Amino acid sequence: MPLSYTIAVIAIPLFMFFFLGLAGVKMGRKLTGWLGVIGMLITTILAYGVALTYFFGTGQGQLAADGARQAVVVFNPDWLSFTKELVVRMGIMLDPIAAMMLIVITTVSMMVHLYSIGYMSDHHGHAEKGYQRYYAFLALFTFSMLGLVVATNLFQIFIFFEMVGVSSYLLIGFYYQSPAAVHASKKAFIVTRLADLFFLLGILILSYYTGTFDFDKLVFGANGANSLEVAQSAISTAGGATFLGCSVTAWALTFIFIGGAGKSAMYPLHIWLPDAMEGPTPVSALIHAATMVVAGVFLVARLFPLYVIEQGAMEIICVVGAFTAFYAAAIACVQSDIKRALAFSTISQIAFMMTSLAVSSADGGLIEIHGGHGLGYMASMFHLFTHAMFKALLFLCAGAIIHAVHSNENSDMHGLHKFMPITSFAFLIGCLAIAGIPPFAGFWSKDEILVACYSKGIGWGIWMSMVAGMTAFYMFRIYFLIFHWKKHEVHTEHAPADQPWTMTLPLIILGLISIIAGFAPAAKLLGWDGKDLHTQLNWTVAGTSVLIACVGIGLAFKMYYKENELPDKLQARFSGLWEAAYRRFYMDELYQFITHKVIFQGICKPIAMFDRGIIDGFFNLLAAATGRAAYGIRRLQNGSIQSYVYVYLVGALALALVTMVCVLI
Amino acid sequence: MNLTLLMYLVPSLIMFGCGVYGFLTRKNMIAIMISLELMLNSVDLNFVVFNRYLFPGQMDGMFFTLFAIAIAAAETAVALAIIINVFRVARKVDINELIKLKF
Amino acid sequence: MESLGNIILYFVVALVIIVCSVLTVTTRQILRSATYLLFVLFATAIIYFQMDYPFLGAVQIAVYAGGIVVLFVFAILLTHQPGKDAQRIDSTRRILGAVAALLGVAACGFGLFSYANFCGRQLAEAHSWSIEEIGKFLLSTDKFGYLLPFEAVSVLLLACIIGGVVIARRR
Repeated sequence: MPLSYTIAVIAIPLFMFFFLGLAGVKMGRKLTGWLGVIGMLITTILAYGVALTYFFGTGQGQLAADGARQAVVVFNPDWLSFTKELVVRMGIMLDPIAAMMLIVITTVSMMVHLYSIGYMSDHHGHAEKGYQRYYAFLALFTFSMLGLVVATNLFQIFIFFEMVGVSSYLLIGFYYQSPAAVHASKKAFIVTRLADLFFLLGILILSYYTGTFDFDKLVFGANGANSLEVAQSAISTAGGATFLGCSVTAWALTFIFIGGAGKSAMYPLHIWLPDAMEGPTPVSALIHAATMVVAGVFLVARLFPLYVIEQGAMEIICVVGAFTAFYAAAIACVQSDIKRALAFSTISQIAFMMTSLAVSSADGGLIEIHGGHGLGYMASMFHLFTHAMFKALLFLCAGAIIHAVHSNENSDMHGLHKFMPITSFAFLIGCLAIAGIPPFAGFWSKDEILVACYSKGIGWGIWMSMVAGMTAFYMFRIYFLIFHWKKHEVHTEHAPADQPWTMTLPLIILGLISIIAGFAPAAKLLGWDGKDLHTQLNWTVAGTSVLIACVGIGLAFKMYYKENELPDKLQARFSGLWEAAYRRFYMDELYQFITHKVIFQGICKPIAMFDRGIIDGFFNLLAAATGRAAYGIRRLQNGSIQSYVYVYLVGALALALVTMVCVLI
Repeated sequence: MNLTLLMYLVPSLIMFGCGVYGFLTRKNMIAIMISLELMLNSVDLNFVVFNRYLFPGQMDGMFFTLFAIAIAAAETAVALAIIINVFRVARKVDINELIKLKF
Repeated sequence: MESLGNIILYFVVALVIIVCSVLTVTTRQILRSATYLLFVLFATAIIYFQMDYPFLGAVQIAVYAGGIVVLFVFAILLTHQPGKDAQRIDSTRRILGAVAALLGVAACGFGLFSYANFCGRQLAEAHSWSIEEIGKFLLSTDKFGYLLPFEAVSVLLLACIIGGVVIARRR
């Protein structure tokens, strides 16, 4: 399949957005949904064709002379020319991670489209409003995300970054009549906008000093794959300019990472993601688990060679990632809302990816990249891929459960295994995959991440292994609490059951993918420099991590499989810690305090008072004075034409008098 | 005795003065229009005599008068149409009593 | 030196203009006012003939006297009961108007008489323009051509027709 078909991959969702958005109102709900699904199906088939052609085909410029898999620019017209050198282009570029992302996005999006037909058909028993709107926004999101991953330059990435942000905002706030959803969507938008401000700053600084937005000048070498030499020369264009003791490119890259951290919900910008769960669950699966939230990871991976050279920025990513992974995992252990728990799990897993990217360059060597020549990079991308699949699976399962019991709280669930066997098995597969039990997908990618971490330092490795153990624990805690614990008490008029086939089929498909995705030849395809990465299973690390995962699962089994007193006892014992974790370590309260007490009260209020009192007051005074004066002299305009003529005549006579006096004198 | 320029300007001036007086004093809108016509006519007359006395070889003043007559005709027609319409609504044409649109 | 007939004609016309103008604005019967206006317009037309502008004089009679005054008469008859005098104008209003008009006349008269030698010009022999020449000037685009104002006036007349129709239409 010609690689230029990528244009169609991107154009179809855009078309579907306009079509469903504009014509959807005139169409029936069923028709709209199925049109959306069909459009997405075509997109998916094309995307698979393009991606597989890119990975396994030859002869379309995929392979450089030295065998590296290089970036193929399908088309790249100029869009905005600032100067001769500084040009913003809008293009489509395929490279290994872009092709991989095409597969991820279209797969998950396809599953979500299909799933939504069942899920969105009713909402807590009422027919869902805005069905057409929902599908239009899904298409818009898919378009934006696809445009983001095939971007040829930083500016284009930024534009699509904003667009995914907007679609995320629209979909989180889909139930716009619920205040919680409205607040959540605003929160998500504002937090990511704040981060995007830094992103834009970073882009501007970087492009100012390197003179380009284009990736092929920033990171891609002569063979079209990531090249440290090119990155080095791009950075040296900055001429060693420094700011506050760090090089400007390090600042720029840090700012860009902050932008990515906002989207990828890294601490401390993670606060929007748990609230984003107010949106429909399929949306959470698509946007807030599988695709949009990994945009930050994708961004860092895209600029990977630059980060390798600017070690300072890389260290920041490493620390932030490792901390976030632990922090989110700790919170996930105590959440009672299953979607929130899954959201924190997502944060933790994305942090895994970030850390993996960051440890990938531990020794900073220009030629040699630590951890087996960029193992961390490959592991991160691989984990991105597998995580997208099993996390989407978990979210869709959660959606099915919520749909069945009409509640997010796991206290309303319990013992659903008998009622929803398919969902239960799918969820179990997802849990095993995320916990890292072979041969499920998560095992392979997470194992490589851990190997990369250990090779940076034993401390990092132990830390991340611990988080991996916590992952296994909290996932199985959720699983057991939903499906076992005690017998289900039926509250609603009909017992919960497996959902219609439109919702079950995606679970089965994603479940199968989660089982086999680990066997994808990631090492061959996703090497940072486009070349095959020769890896082998490190049995020491793999064995340990499986062992730790099993311990986590065992602990969860002991505590949560059958109803018992142990969790409550532990909760009472460590009530302070439990409360803190349950309240997300008071991060939201901290933000609330900073924004409301410090910024709003301390800064904005005086400014507002100045603005309203003095500036507005001055102009109000002017307006009032003008109004009064006008009211006072309004009688001059009495509507009597004859008095006007008198006035006119007096004026004319006065003029004549003046002229006469002048002439006589 | 010669007929000088001045001898034509004086009746014209008096005509204009009468127009002003009528415009200022009359209450009837049609009478006001008639006064207006007087003033216009005096101006037309001025155009013609100035043209004739000062630039006998040209006829721009005459053309101005011609156009002024055309425009006066148009203006009068519209004005009278408005007046009649006002009369239809208010049953009067007295300018001092039509104060509904004031302020 | 003008011919005596011309001079006599002038004085008659000037007298008619002055007297009828004054009567136009002082008579209390509006219909009479329109009639006096008609006389003034006729007198003006005679001056135009005297000035060797026969075309203009014809237009004056046809349009002003024949068109506008008839319009006035129509309007008056539509809005007034015939034979009924208008209200007497109160004296302050009359005096104020008279003072204003007289002041204006005085100012202009002062101007006129202070340029007496300029105003003392005599009537020179002039080329008498034929209708054909006038028509050519009106429709020419040369230096002294008047095509553009001619067209502008035609557009204005059209606008007036439409305006008249719109205003007069019953709603």
